[in-house]
Amino acid sequence: MIDVDLSLVNWSRAQFALTAMYHWIFVPLTLGLSFLCAFFESIYVRTGDERWRSLTRFWMTLFGINFAIGVATGIILEFQFGTNWSNYSWMVGDIFGAPLAIEGILAFFLEATFFAVMFFGWNRVSKGFHLFSTWMVAVGSNLSALWILVANGWMQDPVGMVFNPETVRFEMENFWAVLFSPTAVAKFTHTTSSAFVLASLFVLTISSWYLIQKKHQDMAKRSIVVAAVFGLLASVYVGYTGDESAFTAASTQPMKLAAFEGLYQGEEGAGLVAAGLLNPAKKPGDDLDPFLFEVKIPGLLSILSNREPGSFVPGIDDLVYGNATYGVMGVVDKMKLGRAAVGDLATYKLARQSGDVFSAESALVRFRANSEYLGYGYLATPEEAVPPVAISFYAFHIMVVLGSFFPVLFLAYLFFLYKGQLEEQRWLLPVGLLSLLLGTVAQQAGWVVAEVGRQPWAIQGMMPVSVATTNLDVGNVQTTFFMFLGLFTLLLIAEVKIMLKQISIGPEGH
Amino acid sequence: MFSNLDYTTLQQLWWLICAVVGSLFLFLNFVQGGQTLLWQVAKNDVEKSLVINSLGRKWELTFTTLVLFGGALFAAFPKFYATSFGGAYWVWMIILFTFIIQAVSYEYRKKPGNFLGTRTYELFLFINGSLGLLLIGAAVATFFSGSNFSLNLYNQVTWDHPLRGLEAAFSLFNLSLGLFLVFNARILGGMYLLNNINFSAMESFQGRLRRSVRTNFCCALPFLLYVLVSLLLRSGYGIGENGVIEVVAYKYLGNLLAMPLVLGLLLTGLVLVVLSVWLTVHRDSSKGIWPGGLGTVLVGLSLFSLAGYNQTAFYPSLTDLQSSLTIYNASSSHYTLVTMTYVALMIPLVLAYVVYVWRQMDGQKLAAHEVVDEEAY
Repeated sequence: MIDVDLSLVNWSRAQFALTAMYHWIFVPLTLGLSFLCAFFESIYVRTGDERWRSLTRFWMTLFGINFAIGVATGIILEFQFGTNWSNYSWMVGDIFGAPLAIEGILAFFLEATFFAVMFFGWNRVSKGFHLFSTWMVAVGSNLSALWILVANGWMQDPVGMVFNPETVRFEMENFWAVLFSPTAVAKFTHTTSSAFVLASLFVLTISSWYLIQKKHQDMAKRSIVVAAVFGLLASVYVGYTGDESAFTAASTQPMKLAAFEGLYQGEEGAGLVAAGLLNPAKKPGDDLDPFLFEVKIPGLLSILSNREPGSFVPGIDDLVYGNATYGVMGVVDKMKLGRAAVGDLATYKLARQSGDVFSAESALVRFRANSEYLGYGYLATPEEAVPPVAISFYAFHIMVVLGSFFPVLFLAYLFFLYKGQLEEQRWLLPVGLLSLLLGTVAQQAGWVVAEVGRQPWAIQGMMPVSVATTNLDVGNVQTTFFMFLGLFTLLLIAEVKIMLKQISIGPEGH
Repeated sequence: MFSNLDYTTLQQLWWLICAVVGSLFLFLNFVQGGQTLLWQVAKNDVEKSLVINSLGRKWELTFTTLVLFGGALFAAFPKFYATSFGGAYWVWMIILFTFIIQAVSYEYRKKPGNFLGTRTYELFLFINGSLGLLLIGAAVATFFSGSNFSLNLYNQVTWDHPLRGLEAAFSLFNLSLGLFLVFNARILGGMYLLNNINFSAMESFQGRLRRSVRTNFCCALPFLLYVLVSLLLRSGYGIGENGVIEVVAYKYLGNLLAMPLVLGLLLTGLVLVVLSVWLTVHRDSSKGIWPGGLGTVLVGLSLFSLAGYNQTAFYPSLTDLQSSLTIYNASSSHYTLVTMTYVALMIPLVLAYVVYVWRQMDGQKLAAHEVVDEEAY
């Protein structure tokens, strides 16, 4: 294998994180607003009320502004797998490439084709076909999310594949296992439903602004009814799918679960940290208390992880150094087997190249015995298998706290709207105004939990990021990193200014 | 059904599917070509808005086809994806940047509050249509002229040129193919606009478009001829006994003669492109885009076929001949290709609804009064 400069790995990580997080500012809005526009337009078509038409076109205008920058930031992600993670692309392209291609065939064309009708077809096609097109854009957007999240789910929980030492890559052997893996299903449902919540908060924020300003009040209240109901239902579902995500992580990514709970020493009847402050001096394997301050709900982590109150949940130390009592094999032992597998793979490849059939065969037998630990053979130290605990912990708790707040907010809006007193709630409307910002923070925190918590693995347990990266001079990646940072920041400012201007204009003219 | 197909057939089938998608992308580059015509053919705000709004209804199709082309190559030929994108880092990065700036330009160009100004976004569109296509052409040309890379035992790429792919733009052959693509896209762009816009009371605008088709054809011709002649005369990279890659004199001429169907596609494609220009310039036809588009697709198909079929290395290495990629050593596994083939059954359905929606939207030509309302770009 080529030795890779670690700063290259980190810059490649930073570039991917930057582009993914910028992309994820806009995409959840696209996923959710597309459905909200479809709801609004459906009401218009059903009632024939022109006020719903005007309202629909207003939200569609904002959808279009957001959609464009979502597309712009998205293209780089697909191609970045090749440009910056070329070893990854070769070693898992046989599995990972398929969902991306299917996304293009089944989802992107649906979006792209009907998007033109949605925006320019009001006077060119029938009312029914226009509504159909709006729904197709919503379906296409969310189908696209399905396939990319199936691919991401596979990275978190690699199933349905086998390593081929001949080609030195992982190859797919069960497409359905990849598509329907519990991790992929949980990832898709949790991510898209959280996107619906964010889009509902977007509508709530702008509508609250209009109510505070006493402008477009009828439109604002109509929008809030639909968005708050959608957001409330989605929030409840987010909670359910979040629980499923944690449950699958407990079995497939126990280190990630331990990191986002700050759990170093595994225990039976483990409690869930409701709030806490981590001890920054804490390291795996030492005797320091992980927390400076914590509030725990007894037994809840065991229930979330295993559905059993008294069950054992392994901590970071158990997973790194092993715990014979509970049958937990540590990274230390996995690394020994992994290094043997790395060595046997090299012996096999060299023997094949030199035509030494006997040596090749015997190396292959030895390799196969340890191949499931291959990825661990590339780790430098056992502690490298621990993701950044503080980032994972705080991101997870911020996400959970905010995620628990949103259904309350939606309920409050619906309650006061039902009472006919929403405009009078001078405390509630400013909170609603802030809710988009809070929702965006929750979204970004969710990605941090999912992706930082997965480190150091590109493919969980199989391929660390240090093996996945392209062999580049670090200066190239630093240059493109700052190019992306500059360009995306410029486009973000442009988007926000155009969006704010459009909001200040309001639905007039639609 | 498809699992009974042998591995070689599936590899060839997937090269064909990628070639079809790539060739459709070349046709849909009329969007990029049209973007570069904006400042040349549109002389006032209404004409500019007509050009932008006409292209703006199609830009996403081109963009999506590019993304699908990348996705299909990733799924079917991951070694190419890894080698080319990871190796020729800068050429692909610059291409991607030109598409990033395109994606926002239609939507933001005329929106109130647009602090970058209308001309900045028009410049973005020009860069995408010129530099973006030029580099795509140079990158595709390396299918014939080769690149500076080697692969180790683990198939990891090492790029052996400090310009990381940009060196492709400094070869006359690569540059010629790139320039041909740019001028061909401008021809297609002009013909598409002639077909899509209602020119009532705008005869001079229409005349400028027709003249641009003629001028761009004259510009494209020498580059096309140079590419074709060099291709037929140059040595290529063939797969010899036991999969060993070797240099073969007149390889692509040999491929053409060995594959009469490909020769037929190339000649038919060229004739159709010439016919489309003749119809547009001398017959005042507005339907030139259709033979021109079909001709571009056929020429594209023939080029991809020449590069990949008849025991040819489609991504030759100039540094280490045996690292060269063929459709046989770069492909996904049999299982993945079978799975993807089932998915590809959806492509005709996708094409059908794209055509249906296109017809619904373009039943009436785009008129000036439509580009001044609030929903226009």
